[in-house]
Order: sequence, then structure tokens, then C-alpha cells
Amino acid sequence: MRFQGTDTYVATPDLMLAVNAAITLQRPLLIKGEPGTGKTMLAEEVAGALGVPLLQWHIKSTTKAQQGLYEYDAVSRLRDSQLGDEKVKDISNYIVKGVLWQAFERETPCVILIDEVDKADIEFPNDLLRELDRMEFHVYETRQTVKAVQRPIVIITSNNEKELPDAFLRRCFFHYIKFPDKETMGRIVDVHFPRLKQDLLKEALEVFFELRDVPGLKKKPSTSELIDWLKLLVAEDIPPEVLHSKDKKTVVPPLAGALLKNEQDVHLFERLVFMARHNR
Amino acid sequence: MLIDFFLHLKTKKLPVSTREFLTLLEALKEHVAENSIDDFYFLARTCLVKDEVNYDKFDQAFGEYFKGITHIPGLDAEIPEEWLKLMMKKHLTPEEKAKLEKLGWDKLMEEFKKRLAEQKERHSGGSKWIGTGGSSPFGHGGYHPEGIRVGGPSAGNRTAVKVWENREYRNLDDSVELGTRNIKVALRRLRRFAREGAEDELDLDNTITGTARNAGWLDIKMRPERHNKVKVLLFLDIGGSMDDHIKVCEELFSAAKSEFKHLEYFYFHNCIYDHVWKDNRRRHAERFPLWDVMHKYGEDYKVVIVGDATMSPYEILQPGGSVEYANEEAGAVWLQRMLDTWPRAVWLNPEPERLWDYRHSIEVIRTIFANRMFPLTLAGLERAMRELNK
Repeated sequence: MRFQGTDTYVATPDLMLAVNAAITLQRPLLIKGEPGTGKTMLAEEVAGALGVPLLQWHIKSTTKAQQGLYEYDAVSRLRDSQLGDEKVKDISNYIVKGVLWQAFERETPCVILIDEVDKADIEFPNDLLRELDRMEFHVYETRQTVKAVQRPIVIITSNNEKELPDAFLRRCFFHYIKFPDKETMGRIVDVHFPRLKQDLLKEALEVFFELRDVPGLKKKPSTSELIDWLKLLVAEDIPPEVLHSKDKKTVVPPLAGALLKNEQDVHLFERLVFMARHNR
Repeated sequence: MLIDFFLHLKTKKLPVSTREFLTLLEALKEHVAENSIDDFYFLARTCLVKDEVNYDKFDQAFGEYFKGITHIPGLDAEIPEEWLKLMMKKHLTPEEKAKLEKLGWDKLMEEFKKRLAEQKERHSGGSKWIGTGGSSPFGHGGYHPEGIRVGGPSAGNRTAVKVWENREYRNLDDSVELGTRNIKVALRRLRRFAREGAEDELDLDNTITGTARNAGWLDIKMRPERHNKVKVLLFLDIGGSMDDHIKVCEELFSAAKSEFKHLEYFYFHNCIYDHVWKDNRRRHAERFPLWDVMHKYGEDYKVVIVGDATMSPYEILQPGGSVEYANEEAGAVWLQRMLDTWPRAVWLNPEPERLWDYRHSIEVIRTIFANRMFPLTLAGLERAMRELNK
């Protein structure tokens, strides 16, 4: 199995190599990068390209490592015991399987996405060390050991909100998706809008990268925002010349709301454009 | 195989472990990378480096090992660090000092740029070129009234008109673990447990009571788990006279970072004015208005300011007193605003307590903070934490 990028996802050579290393050596792959650079998409695309199912586990601040393995629903068992239900005698009726368990018992390989691992508590990654390393865990309630039939491909994403423990990092491959340069960005847009007019794309990319270079922006526009913006430009059928009209009446590029998500950023940008024109 | 390369990375202070090295060898055995050096580079990076912060270090080490190149081409505008290494200190007699002409400010900047353009190699001593230990107005480690400081620690004179060393402000390294153990224990005083958030723990006592009231029918009561919910906001003075205290500040920062779940930090220089910053390399591009900070982090944050409060009193009391730019409002006004937002804020001072009375600026800030200034020692830290917990 080798990952080569897909029709809908542009992977740089270094990213492909990292994914292939993770597939070959069956180790987890940790992906970091600016928001909107396609970290979560990667898992979907890898699963799609390899033709295997994708199991997703989205992490929240209240998520516990145990929930990925299994949960023992003691409360409903207690209740059932009062009602005299026959089910009560078998504890396994009250074990709810988590994402990792489901993945481990599959006969065919699959991809697990552990999304935004940094959202969880500091202890979370440490609690999963052995499970991700040996791909097995013990169920205390039923005294059984669950072992992966086929080691799944594990892709973990992080937004850098918390630092991850060293022991955890040592067991992973790591890749940082850096912000695409103009050329890669052109390819990414091509994938999403195959029939986009070349001149519109060129102008749009120029405006976009100029906007990213504006100092002091609170939230820089990212790839996913560029794609949204292009979608709007195409839908509104805006001609490329409008984008370039720096000395006309329009202060901010049309439909900039898709790129700038913060009213202070919009103000700042308007001021800068105004000043730039004044100097001319 | 490749052991030398691994050891080379180690000597370059990259945090690589044997386990990761074995993973790399395994990957090579499995032919994940073909024979090209590019593939090998990507593979080695993905196996060995686990934080994008270290990418740059890795790139340098990799280049050195495989090409024998020692330097990556720098930007032209950058001042080669080599010049700035403190090679010697020239001790001038008072007469010599008097002989040095005093250049005006504008002329100084102009001259500096001119000489920067002319100068091609490292220079030490002498009285014209930029370098170390000389008596030219440019460079550092030397003496000239109204001189501009360029990189490196100042030679104890501290007369630089404006600090001209953007590069010297490095981010505090929080990887120092030595000696932080005690600090952590002291910081632990600042814990405050509370039950908050999702109800996911069985409240046994309440369940028993509830069930009894229910005449034996189960009545399950849940409650949220106990968490340490203290939130800390840290302001760190950096650069200038704080250089002497870098180590202790790093230790404090390192301990605080792992001790509190909600920790935010900002940097300032000498006194806090209308903005602070988070990344010292980009402090001129990315700054945070203090108003925003005060609005964002509410009263429930515990505020700790770390600084030596050693400066000219004008920097606190006068508008435009900042050493770095013309501030519209005096530092004291901003400090008072902070105290209005966080009335219990404390100031930690790394200077020994016995010296406080001799420095006017320390006295001024102590008054503003109503005596809530504590020395940056274990005992002082404990006192500060107790004060914050009141």
C-alpha cells in the first residue's frame, strides 16, 4: 500500500513520504500545521486512496483515553438489576466498544483518525501509549485482552494548543504541514476548481498572498478560506480585472468577508489600503 | 550505520532518542525512502524531529553533516553574530572618555548605516569600525557616550540611547528542568479545586441519600470531577537589565508552564505600556494591545508580573519615557489600569530584596503595587502565592 495523493488532495513529496513511512512501519503519524491546511482531510483522503474504511475519533476537552477503548455502563446495569432484567447477569452486555476496539477487531486494515489530540487533558496521550504502541489493551471487566487483528493506520492531528509528552512523540512519526507556496497553492486550487480561468486564479492568488503578508492580522486567511472565497468569486462571476482594481473605488477586495474573519482585521486592512493609496 | 549522523544530531542539541533512531533504520530497511538524498532527508526528519520548532536546527545539522557546510546563507541586513562575540573589554581612562566626541542622534544612526555598509569583516577594538570592545560609538562592550548597542550584553555601562538589538531578545526557554522542582512545589500553593463542567462522576453520598428518600428505588446523582481551575497570566520583563536574571526566569517559566493548565504569558520591556508581545522574534510585527489583554483575561485570572523594575523613573512616570518608542501615556497609568482589572496582581522581582531601597524605580513600582512586590526566591514565591490566594 502506498499513498500518492489523490484527485482531490494535493500532497507534497515530504507529506507523502511521511504517510508511507507510517503505513509501512505501522506506527502512528502525528500531523501538525496551521489551521485550514488540510490535516483532518488527510486521513479521509488516505482512507479513500487506499480503499479502506475510516474510523474517526474527535477529541474534546472532556474526552478520556478510556472512551476510545471501551466504556462500562455501570449505571444502566444497576438500574436493570432493580428491574430484574436477565441481561444483567452478563457484564459484557454493558460494555460499549470505543473507536480503537472497533478498529482492532476488524479483519481488514483501516485508518483511524484521532482528531485534535491537543484538545484533551494533558494526561490523555500518555494514557494511550501502550494501546498505540502494541495495539492491544486489557478489558478488566471481562478479563479479556483485545489485540489488533490488522494493525490499523493511525493518523493523529494537533493544533499545538498543548505540548504533547515526549514519550508519546517518540512513538510517532511527525510531519508539520507548512503553508503552501504559490505554486502548490495553484495546484490545490486546480484540484478544487478544474475549470477556473487562469487569469482569475492568478489575480486571486496575488490578492490572497498579499493579504497574508499584511502585518498584525489577528487571523491570517488559510487554504480553506481561499477555497471558500474562490467559490464565491466563481458563483458571483466576478471578472479578474475587479480584483486588480487597486486604484478604483473598492477598498477591500470583493467578498473579503470569506477571507477576513475579524472586524478588527477588516478595519486594519482598510486603513492600510487607504494609507497606501494616499502615498501614491 | 549512520551512528555518526545520530551522534552529530545529539551534539547539536536536538532531542533525539535511540528509539527514534532505530525507527529510522527500520524505515530504511523497509525501503520507505529510495536512494535520493531528498527522500532520506524527509524520512530522517519525520522520524527524528517531533516539533516544528526544531526543524531549523535539524536543517542546519543535516546540512553540516552531509555537505560539510557550516553556515546557511544569512540575510544581508543581518549583523554577523561573529563580530559581536565579546572578545575583550577595553578599559578607558576618564580622560579618554572625555576625548570621545559626542555625536548627535540622527548623525549617529546615519553613520551607523554607512559604516555597516562599508564594513566587510569582523573587527575588535579600534575606534571607528563596528565590533566589540572598541570605543567607536557602534558595537557593544565598549564605551562611548550616546552609543548605539549592537547585539551582545552591554559592557556594564548601560548608556545606550536606544536598544538596537532586535535579535538579542530571545524567547525564554522553558525546557530547563534543573531546580524547577522546588519552584513547582511553591507554585502548587496556587491550586484551587472546583467542580465544574460535565457531570461524569458518581456522587455516592448523594445517591445513597437520594435512594433512601426514594424508599429504596435507586436515585442516581452525578457530579462533575474536581479540577484545578486556577488561571494564571504571566508578564515577563525581557532584555536589558534582565539579562542577569535569565536563568531564574527560565526556571520559573518552565515550572509554571507545566504546573497550570490555564497559563497565558506575555513579554514586555522594562515597564508595561500600551502593548505586550508573545514572540520575541516578531515583537515588532505581532503585538497585543494591553486593552485587549485586559478585556480578554478577566478577573478570575491570577496575574504575576516578573521584572527587575530597574530603570529610569521617567520610564514609569513620564509619557514618552519608554526606551523603545514614544508612548502616549505613562507606564504608571498602564500599571494602575492593570491593577484596576486584577486588583490582586503581584510583582516578582529577581533583584535581591536588600537592594530595593536604593533604586528609585523599584520604590515607585512598589508603591503602585501597594507593597505586593516579592523577591524571586522560593520564600518570596510562597509569600506571593499566598497573597494571590487571598
